[in-house]
Amino acid sequence: MANLKTSEKKSKAQSMGLHTEVLTGKTQQKFFNPDEAENFYYFGTYDVDFNKRTEIDVKNMDCREANKKIDELMKDGYGTIVIKNPQGKHSLGVGILNKLNLIFEGSLGYFGCGSMDGPIVRINGRVGWSCAENMMAGKVVIEKNAGSCFGAAIRGGDLICKGSVGARTGIDQKGGTIIIGGDAGAFTGFMMQRGRIIILGDVGINLGDSMYDGTIFVGGKIGSFGSDAVEAELTDSDQDWLKRKLKVAEIGENFDVSKMTKVVAGKKLWNYDALEPTEKKGAI
Amino acid sequence: MPKKKVKKKVKSKEIKGQLGKKKETAREKMIGQTIGYRYDVNLLPDYSRLTPFLKKYIEAMGWDDLNWLEDVHMGYEENRPAVFDRNANGWVTIPSKIKLPNNQQDRDMIARELLVKFQMSPNHPLVDLKKAYLKF
Repeated sequence: MANLKTSEKKSKAQSMGLHTEVLTGKTQQKFFNPDEAENFYYFGTYDVDFNKRTEIDVKNMDCREANKKIDELMKDGYGTIVIKNPQGKHSLGVGILNKLNLIFEGSLGYFGCGSMDGPIVRINGRVGWSCAENMMAGKVVIEKNAGSCFGAAIRGGDLICKGSVGARTGIDQKGGTIIIGGDAGAFTGFMMQRGRIIILGDVGINLGDSMYDGTIFVGGKIGSFGSDAVEAELTDSDQDWLKRKLKVAEIGENFDVSKMTKVVAGKKLWNYDALEPTEKKGAI
Repeated sequence: MPKKKVKKKVKSKEIKGQLGKKKETAREKMIGQTIGYRYDVNLLPDYSRLTPFLKKYIEAMGWDDLNWLEDVHMGYEENRPAVFDRNANGWVTIPSKIKLPNNQQDRDMIARELLVKFQMSPNHPLVDLKKAYLKF
């Protein structure tokens, strides 16, 4: 367990009431029995029923009021919520850390459905910049087009756009899967570190620029490869997974995945051991 | 006099390319740390190897596949098999009584199952944190 290191000798600073505490050890010991947790319940979440459905009209609400209303409905056990008249408002449906079916009857503005963990969201319209940024888990389906920075820094879950997306899709992606039915702009997969991007259409210039890891699958033409992005062999396992994923995404079910291009990191930018402890000691 | 039976020492066979047992490079020996991953972080899950628990979990969450768990793999913490828990921001070591197969697909499925169970356990660190700091 982490604890505080105490020194017996009191320094001048300590005797004056000023002192620093050095934290020693950084591991925690927690024990659990794997059989105790088959209840499928995360502490602090609401127990919602997918069959309990309601609708709310957010025409005269700002994003704070609308998001609070969604939270209250989840508290009451509603598992399916339909949002009417979102009218391109920004930051709608953010921070939902619960399982939920959320349906938007219209388009969203910037940063819609960000920082969420678990829900299944369907948007029957378009979305603005940075849709589902920092998503942890869940599934978001957009019926039309999306703006730039689509799925910025997502960590997990499935993010699907049936139309085309702007530039810098999956920028700083750290996990999860982004699926695009149409085309994608420049710098797709910029600085991605992990996860997967599937583009069925064409993609702009500098694909996978400065990517550290992760995989990009492209069905159409590639404008140009970015720094350290290289083509790799498409395996049978990749194809099986792609077929399954496209079926789940409700797009391109009959798409010929065998003709897709697989792009990975060339790993020439890997300099993780550049400043290791021995060198640091040597430098001091 | 009857001869004493001498037990033959059986050397454990090292399997070539065994997970987590790759040969250290000179650089790694010098710095005392492993460079890069000791497993394939980009390995796509084989859905034919789903455990019954994971099938139930997917159904309970209303998803069609492993979703965020596709990015969970069995890793190592201080040379012991472990899985990274992003909610606790730390490695959860696998109990020694659990025998792990020498196949990354199956190991990853075990890692996913244990991680979900740990996150749903009342002993998870997030439970105490939520009790202390949850605002709304």
